[in-house]
Amino acid sequence: MTNTKETKTGISRRSLLKTGAAAVGLAAGSGAITGFPTIWAQSNITLRQFGTGVSNLNAIADKCKADLGITLEMTATDSDAAAQRAVTQPDSYDIADIEYWICKKVFPSGVLQPMDVSKLKYYDELVPLFKTGKLTPDSVIAQGTAPHTVGFVEAQDSKVFAKAPTNWFTMVPTIYNADTLGIRPDLVGRDITTWADIMDPAFKGKTAILNIPSIGIMDAAMIMEAMGNIKYADKGNMTKEEIDKTIDFLIKAKQDGQFRAFWKSFDESVNLMASGEVVIQSMWSPAVAAVRSKGIACRFQPLKEGYRSWGGGLGLAAHLSGAQLDAAYEYINWYTSGWVGGYLNRQGYYSANMVSAKKFMTEDEWGYWIEGKPAKGDIKAPDGTVMEKAGALRDGGSFEERMGHVACWNSVMDEDRYMVKRWNEFIAA
Amino acid sequence: MTVALERPAIAAAKPARRRGFSLSAVTPYLQSAPLALILGAFLLLPILMIVVVSFWDYDFAAMYPDFLTTNYSDVLGSWVTWKTYLNTIKFAAIVWVLTLFIGFWVAYFLAFHIRTTAMQMVLFLVCTVPFLTSNIIRMISWIPVLGRNGLINSTLVHLGLVPKPIEWLLYSEFAVVLAMVHLYTLFMVTPIFNTLMRIDRSLVEAARDAGASGWQVLWNVILPLAKPGMAIGTIFVVTLVMADFSTVQVISGGQSASVALMMKNQMSLLQYPAAAANAVVLLVLVLLMVAGILRIVDIRKEL
Repeated sequence: MTNTKETKTGISRRSLLKTGAAAVGLAAGSGAITGFPTIWAQSNITLRQFGTGVSNLNAIADKCKADLGITLEMTATDSDAAAQRAVTQPDSYDIADIEYWICKKVFPSGVLQPMDVSKLKYYDELVPLFKTGKLTPDSVIAQGTAPHTVGFVEAQDSKVFAKAPTNWFTMVPTIYNADTLGIRPDLVGRDITTWADIMDPAFKGKTAILNIPSIGIMDAAMIMEAMGNIKYADKGNMTKEEIDKTIDFLIKAKQDGQFRAFWKSFDESVNLMASGEVVIQSMWSPAVAAVRSKGIACRFQPLKEGYRSWGGGLGLAAHLSGAQLDAAYEYINWYTSGWVGGYLNRQGYYSANMVSAKKFMTEDEWGYWIEGKPAKGDIKAPDGTVMEKAGALRDGGSFEERMGHVACWNSVMDEDRYMVKRWNEFIAA
Repeated sequence: MTVALERPAIAAAKPARRRGFSLSAVTPYLQSAPLALILGAFLLLPILMIVVVSFWDYDFAAMYPDFLTTNYSDVLGSWVTWKTYLNTIKFAAIVWVLTLFIGFWVAYFLAFHIRTTAMQMVLFLVCTVPFLTSNIIRMISWIPVLGRNGLINSTLVHLGLVPKPIEWLLYSEFAVVLAMVHLYTLFMVTPIFNTLMRIDRSLVEAARDAGASGWQVLWNVILPLAKPGMAIGTIFVVTLVMADFSTVQVISGGQSASVALMMKNQMSLLQYPAAAANAVVLLVLVLLMVAGILRIVDIRKEL
């Protein structure tokens, strides 16, 4: 990967590039060219990528430049802005790093082009969750917009999602995780085992959920179901009646003063928890880590109903062609080849290619992050600071235990118009 | 009018008029062209697009060019909209009264009680110091002050004044108003200070010579002359509050709705036509408010 001075082949590749980008693509795709990193260094390819802050990291751009010679211009935004940019400014990016639930809306708008699976070097190694919806052959497919339901289209020019894997992949999965409630173990004063615990009157005025409608409604659905109020056919695709029931329940809880706040950004959730304004709230795993890094006890509490999961992936802009498109494939193949995977795994997320990521992690790191084993030494964050002391155990256990207990995925509902309308009522109530 | 007066003079000086083309005739258009182009391209055109899109149809995946009024009937027919607008207008009114009151006295103090111009400028700059940090940071800095375990609460509890922390300090409408007053008062101070500085001091002296008391001078001389500044400040504050969503969102902890927040929620799911209809309604309302203010006060005196 680091061999960037292979001049002999470099020249032939350069001339290839000059004779025609299509030829390069063919050659690269067929595997005729091996040890590819150099070609882009001379051609000055720049790929513009945008997406959420979780995976649009400078470290990845730097490593990409070093390994491939491709300049990666990263723009990190929040999920809402990312979704909007994907649809409204398709010419402003080459690679879209968006979440699967919004992909359900973004892809049919025609701003992305499907990927040819045969050009994806590591396709077979990708976690099956993104191909079949099952982590292991006997696992149950979770509700909501599960990534595999928006993972494939019928044909290269199709915008219709395929029911089963085809040769046309909408996005290469990059990063995903399972979310649950975060708690302050020092302040809740009892065991938290279910999503319903957030509605315990004992925590009145000390709870919070998200104010991002499409995610907040899923949290509410988990709570509703845990309380036995309702049994959804599909939490991620509610009927109008189900939406009504859920929102009415939320409005009542709000008026009873159960909630302290509704947060919209990562930092807000960290501050709510760190300041003790709330003791139990829906939370994201790195936010829990951020609270803990302030020396405040905080736990990402596994619950018996399972997790609410999310995932992101890289999509190719529709306008990409020729050398740019080849570079984009190259980049995606590099992305799934291990270094990035190790990096993301060490941040507490999961990478799509666990096989290759393992090669870039130490045994202890792999044991702690992925296998749920106690850390033998100190666990360090990517920047070198100590995150967890030796002996620490990851909340929720191993990768299989966590991703194997996903109850639902963040989603876009068919009735999303009605849902947002009712959500606005909830906030206004 | 000035152009019409100047034209014969210039034409007389330059016999080039014979060519049937007079540069001076197009000069005013040329002069106003850059601004007109910029405003047209970056203000009018986008607004026009928003208006157009607000009539479009949409489903979960795309927008369809059309002419539908359903987006408007959805907006105007929903009690959420009315409640949210009432709420937003309530915030605007409270914040307006408070910022006007505070802003006027700050400006009055700066303009009439500080003797030297240098000191006036120094103190005025002191007023702008908070603007060295971003709006968001100034807003968020209220959280550790007002929070359950924040500065105020811990002080009160420590002094034994309250048995347990006061909950309504943060994540409440009180907090929203407080933060907005803090954020927007300077927008009131600046224009009022500006008008007060232009008041001819001899008018005040004349009023005093005529036997007016301090309050009479204030009420009958200074206040009427300060109206244009107050109107400009009002326009600033009202439009800022009406469009504000971050303060409402962050400081009320999402417990309170604002018009812009509703739009944001719609945009997060790419429901642009609905958001556009909302935006047009808000725009019309704000324009009506500004027009109302301009009818009451002639701010051209200020320009």
